[in-house]
Amino acid sequence: MSGNTTGILEFLTIFVLAVFVGNEVVSRVPSILHTPLMSGSNAIHGIVLVGAMIVMGTASGAAQMVLGFLAVLLATLNIVGGFTVTDRMLEMFKAKPGENQARAKGADTEGGAK
Amino acid sequence: MTLTIWINLIYLLAAIAFIVALKGLSSPKQARNGNLLAAGAAVIAVGATFFNPEAHFSHHTTNLILAIVAMVLGAVIAVPVARLVKMTAMPQLVAIFNGVGGGAAALISIVVFLSDAHLHDLGAPKPATYAIVEAMLGLLIGCVSFSGSAIAFIKLQELITGRPITYAGQQVINGLVGLGIVGLAVATVLTDSVPLMIGTAILSLVLGVIFVLPIGGADVPVLISLLNAFTGLAVAASGFTLNNNLLIIAGTLVGASGILLTRMMSKAMGRSLSNVLFSAFGSVVTAAGGADGTGETRQVKSGTPEDIGVLLAYARKVVIIPGYGLAVAQAQHTLRELADLLMEKGVEVFYAIHPVAGRMPGHMNVLLAEANVPYDELKEMDEANPEMSTADVALVVGANDTVNPAAKNTPGSPIYGMPIINADEAANVVFLKRSMRPGFAGIDNDLLFDEKTTLLFGDAKDTLSKLVAGVQEA
Repeated sequence: MSGNTTGILEFLTIFVLAVFVGNEVVSRVPSILHTPLMSGSNAIHGIVLVGAMIVMGTASGAAQMVLGFLAVLLATLNIVGGFTVTDRMLEMFKAKPGENQARAKGADTEGGAK
Repeated sequence: MTLTIWINLIYLLAAIAFIVALKGLSSPKQARNGNLLAAGAAVIAVGATFFNPEAHFSHHTTNLILAIVAMVLGAVIAVPVARLVKMTAMPQLVAIFNGVGGGAAALISIVVFLSDAHLHDLGAPKPATYAIVEAMLGLLIGCVSFSGSAIAFIKLQELITGRPITYAGQQVINGLVGLGIVGLAVATVLTDSVPLMIGTAILSLVLGVIFVLPIGGADVPVLISLLNAFTGLAVAASGFTLNNNLLIIAGTLVGASGILLTRMMSKAMGRSLSNVLFSAFGSVVTAAGGADGTGETRQVKSGTPEDIGVLLAYARKVVIIPGYGLAVAQAQHTLRELADLLMEKGVEVFYAIHPVAGRMPGHMNVLLAEANVPYDELKEMDEANPEMSTADVALVVGANDTVNPAAKNTPGSPIYGMPIINADEAANVVFLKRSMRPGFAGIDNDLLFDEKTTLLFGDAKDTLSKLVAGVQEA
């Protein structure tokens, strides 16, 4: 890549397109899934970990090392915690209406058979 | 050079996976797979970053080891916390995971700022001013998100009052701090001075705190959603700083979708976003209550579990309106037991879910799903309201503001205009409440004093099991 302003324009283009995609993608989410959506998007911005790793890799001197270490730690909390908690929420949405009870009963009888 | 291309391709695939994952979240069936897809993509992107030449890990073994230690430590803390925290504490957890993400973005900016090399070595060369502006944006937004989320966490955890905290001249002070940040940030960009940068960071942390303090009660979920969007934008700013497309796309996706979600949430409460953020909702409570003037002396009718059991067992149609009190008491399983029992007796039962029931939109759906309540028994507010006038009993379990008729009838009330579930249209109303304490918004509810209303005081789990016994005997 060369040229000073071309690079910036490229990133700006990506940014603007992502704004539209972001808006488009959630416009059809039903309100019952708002909480998992918030939690899921919370996990996705945990990808800041990639950025934290890059600055950690190039850090030099005590101050940068400590701050870089903290950045990686916090970003890991965000990404790992975010995906885990979202999965836990969505685990409860797995069954369709009626299937829940059937499955629970099925589990009961299986337990009984053993 | 080829390695860089491969890694950027992996980043592109991860970005696509994130978009697909967000789309998957629009359907209950695909949501979980979507989340797993995003998690898998994140793992691969993070793994690829170890080989990213821009990270220089191959030359800096100490940095590599420290990064791995930090990641292991983070995972060891995050997994048990995310697994073990109760479903009711979910909003706090989202707040805290969001805050640390903002903190990470802010720290990235600081490290980049401290190391001159970053301004020249990373990715496409660009004028230093642009690089500093981008770093300052990440720093500013990240700091506000970090301290704001921390205060939101403290409020939801009830370590301090959940009510709005207000003082004279609040908005003027917030405005001045905001201006101060802009001034300091501009000065930092012009002078490239480290002390000024640190000053901007500190002032941004202060802004996060004072911005969140006056937002209380039922508005905190909207706030968390907004802070989530902020962190997304901070991450996008980090992406600009590091010339990383994945960070720009992921951060912007979250920022844009988060702001839309925030607006949908305020709309569900019948208010504009600026009203939610700046009106210190709930601080006018005493004035509104005082205007009524009758609050303290009015009589309520409380019933026994047996009476109410009979009322429920012989009803044709019962609408259950759950609220946060249900979640606090962990009574969703007992509630389902009661509903199943009534259905066995031939009563038509459904749950009417207010969009902001619980403390986040959809929170109540998650809690009821945990208790294996089938979807088709859950009705959204718009679907439930036309049926309220034909219901024999509206059973309000731990809810209050979401059924408060003041939202329709009292123009002076702070919740006036908020859509509610019309429990007042049912032939009978039964409230299961812990006490006469007003709801999260802190407003008196006239429906409690209505003559068709019966109250049953106590912990929701306890009163619900008594009701189950009452219905069985009836």
